Amino acid sequence: MLKVEETQPVEFSSALLAKFDEIVKRYPEGKQKSALLPLLHLVQAEYGWTSVPAMDKVAEYLKIQPIEVYEVASFYTMYFLQPKGKYVLEVCRTGPCCLVGAEKIMDHIEQKLGVKEGEVTADGLFSWRGVECLAACGFGPVLQIGPEYTFYENLTEQSVDQLIDDLRKK
Amino acid sequence: MGRKLLLEHINVPGINTLAVYREQGGYRAVEKALKTLTPDDVVEEVKKSGLRGRGGAGFPTGMKWSFLAKPEGVPRYLVCNGDESEPGTFKDRYLMTHIPHALIEGMIVSSYALGANTSYIYVRGEMMPQIRILERAIEEAKAAGWLGKNILGTGYDLELYVQPGGGAYICGEETALLESLEGKRGNPRIKPPFPAIAGLYGCPTVVNNVESIAAVVPIINDGGDEYAKIGIGRSTGTKLISASGNLVKPGVYEIELGVPVEEFIYSDEYCGGIANGKRLKATVAGGSSVPILPANLTLKYANGEPRLMSYESLSEGGFATGTMLGSGGFIAFDEDQCIVRNTWNFSRFYHHESCGQCSPCREGTGWMEKILHKLEHGHGTMEDIDLLWDVQRKIEGNTICPLGDAAAWPVASAIRHFRDEFEWHVKEPMKSQSTNYGLANYANPIEKKPEEVK
Repeated sequence: MLKVEETQPVEFSSALLAKFDEIVKRYPEGKQKSALLPLLHLVQAEYGWTSVPAMDKVAEYLKIQPIEVYEVASFYTMYFLQPKGKYVLEVCRTGPCCLVGAEKIMDHIEQKLGVKEGEVTADGLFSWRGVECLAACGFGPVLQIGPEYTFYENLTEQSVDQLIDDLRKK
Repeated sequence: MGRKLLLEHINVPGINTLAVYREQGGYRAVEKALKTLTPDDVVEEVKKSGLRGRGGAGFPTGMKWSFLAKPEGVPRYLVCNGDESEPGTFKDRYLMTHIPHALIEGMIVSSYALGANTSYIYVRGEMMPQIRILERAIEEAKAAGWLGKNILGTGYDLELYVQPGGGAYICGEETALLESLEGKRGNPRIKPPFPAIAGLYGCPTVVNNVESIAAVVPIINDGGDEYAKIGIGRSTGTKLISASGNLVKPGVYEIELGVPVEEFIYSDEYCGGIANGKRLKATVAGGSSVPILPANLTLKYANGEPRLMSYESLSEGGFATGTMLGSGGFIAFDEDQCIVRNTWNFSRFYHHESCGQCSPCREGTGWMEKILHKLEHGHGTMEDIDLLWDVQRKIEGNTICPLGDAAAWPVASAIRHFRDEFEWHVKEPMKSQSTNYGLANYANPIEKKPEEVK
């Protein structure tokens, strides 16, 4: 999964490091590893994905072994270990959303973007994937877009078209 | 109209702000607890209230609190479980989005009761908007002196932080959540020791669901005895129900425990009936992990008595004819839904979310997903149905955490109640791809049986 050759060396900005410092203060002395998940979210928001050099830097910052970062980043589904489109449309594919048409929405997105699940559009703008329950079952079908994880509810084919067109114009 | 304790002010504009929340009586419970009650008094009120954990297991909250070890010189922690990920459940998201201060107020009172000076709210990473809402609310509360050093001049200190998860259903299990909060993979721990003895950083810890913590506020305001008057039997108080699927009005409803299931589904006060004029085929009453029931057993017990929305009534009949209240994730299936397809969907979920630690769950959930995929897509055999039953039995009870059981129960109950629909997929492989089995006899009314003459 981890392709080291595709990655560039990483140097965190002082603004990012200042955010790291704030987060580490939340935990008792010596328990700075607790900051790992929040820090990886910040890294991914900054770079669009979670590369090996970035993870190595996080390990260095938290004074832990790189493997401790890799095993966490590969366990949780939110961290992208490969580059993705600028906007990743994550559609809930679990039971309750499927009862109200999530599968049709995913088919429609695949058609509209012209790429399969997990792939990136030629312009680098979009990826999409099905994800498990997003805890919004009463407002399905739903999708979210990181890094803000903005939520779009009660999706229809029209509202998805509108959303994609708006993002293209941004 | 049932009483509302958590969502009473949900429609007040600006209720997400401290000022409006205060105007509606917010933070009274903090004043009352910190100024007039000892920590043990607070625990006692929660015990008296009969409040049961709202995350799914239904364990009495006051009792859980009383197990907390209190060794000298060791910090104690309260961790709020906001990792809401159980398919069908979205009440905590709703609460955190609209009334964040209810959770923060509950956290302050509960932390005081447990003697915690640092507390964490662990929220699933996908809920970044809710994390920002909570962080803003914490800032407001801190600026107004409800958090920080020497709260209300009582000498009690509390720091409250929000911790994001990384996207893993398993972190809703309390020991996996603690692992995750320590910056590790979400692998559940072997119990004992329970978190009350050795939890976060090896220190005594209580983990409570968002809704349980929020419920502490009305319990302290009105008293545990008053809270216990609401509801029925050992199901006291109000419960947030997340209603989804083929309903006229899906959404989050606060009910007094004990409302008849039929009223909950069909009355205009709640879900307003089945969408598009269709008929109800089945329900999952408490989140994807609890047994699925056909429409007739949803509404009534096997003996014809009406079923109620309470811990005891929903589990009446055991797994043979009953289910569980669970987290209150109520999913309704109309007559056009395919039970085999839904069971496959849920199995895929559990396979995806298994942490991989225990072989029966790691391997078994994969087997179940594959067999169900085969059946759903018209390639199954009668032996596959038996194999599926066999696999789920070998998972249940054989894993460190309840995810194994949670994966097995939906499959077992689907076969138990809908076996003829599974067999139809085998007998009519072509037809099952273009149409569905329909309502069949799943909604046939259950007649009330006359009292047995002894």
